Amino acid sequence: MLGRFAPGVCTQVAAVSQQQQTRNMATLKQISMRLKSVKNIQKITQSMKMVSAAKYARAERDLKAARPYGEGAVQFYEQAEVTATEDDPKQLYIAMSSDRGLCGACHTGVSKVIRLRLAEPGAENIKVICVGDKSRAILQRLYSKHIVAVANEIGRLPPTFTDASKLATAILTCGYDFGSGKIIYNKFRSVVSYQQSDMPLFSQKAVENAPKLTVYDSLDSDVIQSYMEFSLASMLFYALKEGACSEQSSRMTAMDNASKNAGEMIEKLTLTFNRTRQAVITRELIEIISGAAALE
Amino acid sequence: MALAFRNTLRAARSLMVRGYAEAAPAIKEGEMALTLAAGNKVFYNKVAVKQIDVPSFSGAFGILPKHVPTLAVLKPGVVTVYESDGKQAKIFVSSGTITVNEDSSVQVLAEEAHPVESLDRSAAQEALSKAQSEYNSAGNEKAKAEAAIAVEVAEEIVKAAS
Repeated sequence: MLGRFAPGVCTQVAAVSQQQQTRNMATLKQISMRLKSVKNIQKITQSMKMVSAAKYARAERDLKAARPYGEGAVQFYEQAEVTATEDDPKQLYIAMSSDRGLCGACHTGVSKVIRLRLAEPGAENIKVICVGDKSRAILQRLYSKHIVAVANEIGRLPPTFTDASKLATAILTCGYDFGSGKIIYNKFRSVVSYQQSDMPLFSQKAVENAPKLTVYDSLDSDVIQSYMEFSLASMLFYALKEGACSEQSSRMTAMDNASKNAGEMIEKLTLTFNRTRQAVITRELIEIISGAAALE
Repeated sequence: MALAFRNTLRAARSLMVRGYAEAAPAIKEGEMALTLAAGNKVFYNKVAVKQIDVPSFSGAFGILPKHVPTLAVLKPGVVTVYESDGKQAKIFVSSGTITVNEDSSVQVLAEEAHPVESLDRSAAQEALSKAQSEYNSAGNEKAKAEAAIAVEVAEEIVKAAS
């Protein structure tokens, strides 16, 4: 019994050791290939970090200038106590993200706010405009019915007022007659922190019905219309600036972390590489010596 | 003697405190908080000023403190700001909005704004002639309207720069 089995087991063992041997030889090569690729990735993440650090510095400077602008645009709606008309349930959400990824939870955060709102009852009256491909990619699988328009080519260059006015025109001419809405964007707080925030959108009717509008002098619907169109563009401009700044800062942190992780991986891989190489050398020596011993 | 010294010390301290309080930008009687900002630059951020002259589509008007709350749309032209120390600042704006609030704060938000000193007359004239030729060669209504706006802005820049 045992005798019959023994040769088979032996060949199996030999095959396994053979395999291991070949695998060992290959691992050395594989490890060096992986090591190389991780090193390349680290180089990429490091340079991405540098690039976004430079872009962040500029975005923050721009944002400082845009802040009073955005606050001024929202102030009227606060002062006039404009509220959404209750009989018009149609809402419009604008997701301010960008085309570029690898920046932490920037885009997911914005999309999550909208996703949570869309999961609530009464979501059938809500439409979404995605600014930037990333928010579209996140929302389109489950909520493609809600998306009315998508803007892309955002995030490659710093946002300008022209971008914002194009967006505003697209929103006003998209054919969706909304009663109220929200601009969801990332509000920049510091290099390591940003928060999802929103700005209100109102229809002209809501503004005309505002309780405190009567204190404002000499208004006709023409003035209100142009005023609101411009203020929409200003708010979008401000939201774009805030978004760009948060995105760059969080990309900087994300890339810093990625470089650190790659560094750790490189350390581990180098250790395994050296160990394996030593093992291979030792084994070859043993083979040579035992071969020589057998010849004697 | 010691008491007198302490008294003077206290007086000095209270003086110092008052000095700090005065340094804070408080809105005084006869002044209003102005925010004048554009996409490219912030000129005033809640700064107390005496008077602001603005060009609007319903005619140019001056804003003094306690102006009745209003909304208006900016026309291309020069905004003149009378600062609280009597200085005058002239800033050219292309378009935008004016908001005068109930608490007498004023927001002038422009698409683009530049101090009048930094305008170049010859460059403006060039832009004007270019805009005029575009206006004349415009094919459809929309292009014509856009060119008309460009002409208007360029004309105002030439006027402001001279």
